Amino acid sequence: MLTSSLVLGATAGGLNTGDILFQLIMFLVLLALLKKYAWGPLMGIMKQREEHIAGEIDAAEKSRTEASKLLEEQRELLKQARTEAQGLIENAKKQGDIQRDEIIALARTESDRIRESAKLEIEMQKEQAVAAIREQVATLSVMIASKVIEKELSAADQEKLINDYIVEAGDGK
Amino acid sequence: MHHENPIVTFLGLNFNLANILMITIASAIVFLIAVLSTRRLAMKPAGAQNFIEWVMDFVKGIIKSSMDWKDGGRFHLLGLTLIMYIFVSNMLGLPFSVVYDNELWWKSPTADPVITLTLAVMVVALSHYYGVKLKGTAAYGKEFFKPFWFMFPIKIIEEFANTLTLGLRLYGNIYAGEILLGLIAGSLATGFGGHLAAIVPMLAWQGFSVFIGAIQAFIFTMLTMVYLAHKVSEDH
Repeated sequence: MLTSSLVLGATAGGLNTGDILFQLIMFLVLLALLKKYAWGPLMGIMKQREEHIAGEIDAAEKSRTEASKLLEEQRELLKQARTEAQGLIENAKKQGDIQRDEIIALARTESDRIRESAKLEIEMQKEQAVAAIREQVATLSVMIASKVIEKELSAADQEKLINDYIVEAGDGK
Repeated sequence: MHHENPIVTFLGLNFNLANILMITIASAIVFLIAVLSTRRLAMKPAGAQNFIEWVMDFVKGIIKSSMDWKDGGRFHLLGLTLIMYIFVSNMLGLPFSVVYDNELWWKSPTADPVITLTLAVMVVALSHYYGVKLKGTAAYGKEFFKPFWFMFPIKIIEEFANTLTLGLRLYGNIYAGEILLGLIAGSLATGFGGHLAAIVPMLAWQGFSVFIGAIQAFIFTMLTMVYLAHKVSEDH
C-alpha cells in the first residue's frame, strides 16, 4: 500500500483531469500575461539597447574615419606650410644677397665718385696754390728787383760791376 | 509518509485543491518576479533588470545550443516562462510543507506526475504543431520514416517515451526530494536529540534539493528545446 502510493504519488485514486486542465490553462495564461507585461517590454528595451549600441559603434566608426581624414588633411597642410616657409626663407635669402650686392656696388661707385671728385678738387687746389705762389714769387722778384734797383749805384761800383762781368766772361771761356 | 489529497469533483472533473493552490501560487510568484524586475526598464540595466536579462540570455543560450536562432527565436518566451515556472515550483516545496487534516496542502506542484506530464504533453504537442506549421505536413510526416521506413514504430514509441521521460524525470526528482525532506522532518526529528540529529541531514538535503530543482528546471527547458529542434530544424 505504502509503496504503491509512493510510486503513484498523488494520483492514487483516479486521474485528476481538473488539475490537467487547470495547469494547462494557468500556464498559457501565465505565458500570455508575462508576454504582455514582462517579456515584451524587456525584449523591447533589449532590442533598443542593441540598436543603440550598434548606432554608437557606427557613429564611433564614422567619427574615427573622419578624424583620420582630418589628421591626414592637417598633415598635408603642415607639409605644405613647411615647404612654403622653406621657399619664403630661400627667397628672402636670395633677395638679401641681391640687395647686399646692389648696396655694395652702389657704395663702391659712390666711393669712386667721391674719390674722383676729391682728386679733382685737390688738383684744382694745387693749381690754384701754384698759381698763387707764382704770382707771389713774381711780385716778390719785382719787389726785390725794384729794391735792388732803388739802391743808388755809384759810378765806381758800376764800372767795377761791368768789369767783373767782362772778366768773368773772358775767364769763362 | 503519505498524506491524502483534498480532491473535489466539479463538472465531472477531479480537482486536487492543493495542486490548484500551488499552481496558482507558483504562477503568481513567477509573474511577480518577472513584472517587478521589469518595472523600471532602462538602457543601462540596474538591479533586478540585470537578473532578468541574465535569465533571458541564459534561455537564449539553451535555445541556441540546440537550433538556429532564426528557428528558435519564437520559443524564447516559452522557454523563459517554462524555466522560471518550473524552478519556482520546485523551490516551493522545499522550505516547508503544510498538512491540514491529514491532507497535504503546501508542496511543489511539480511533485505531482499529473502536473509534470501535463507540461510534458504540452511541450510535445507544441513540437508537433510547430513541426507541421514550419515544415509542412508532408515533410513532417516523412520525418517518421527516416532514415529507414521500418523505423516508423520506433519513432512512434519515441514520441511517447519522450513525453513520459520528460514529465516523470521532473516529477521523480522533486517528489523524491520532498519525500526525503518529509522523512527527515517527520521521522528523525522526534524529541530533542532527534531534532539535533536532523539538522545536518536536513540542511544537506535542502541544499541538494535547491541544486536538483535548478538542474531539473534547466533540463526540462533544455529537452523542450531539443524536442522542438528535432521537429523544426531542417538538418535532422
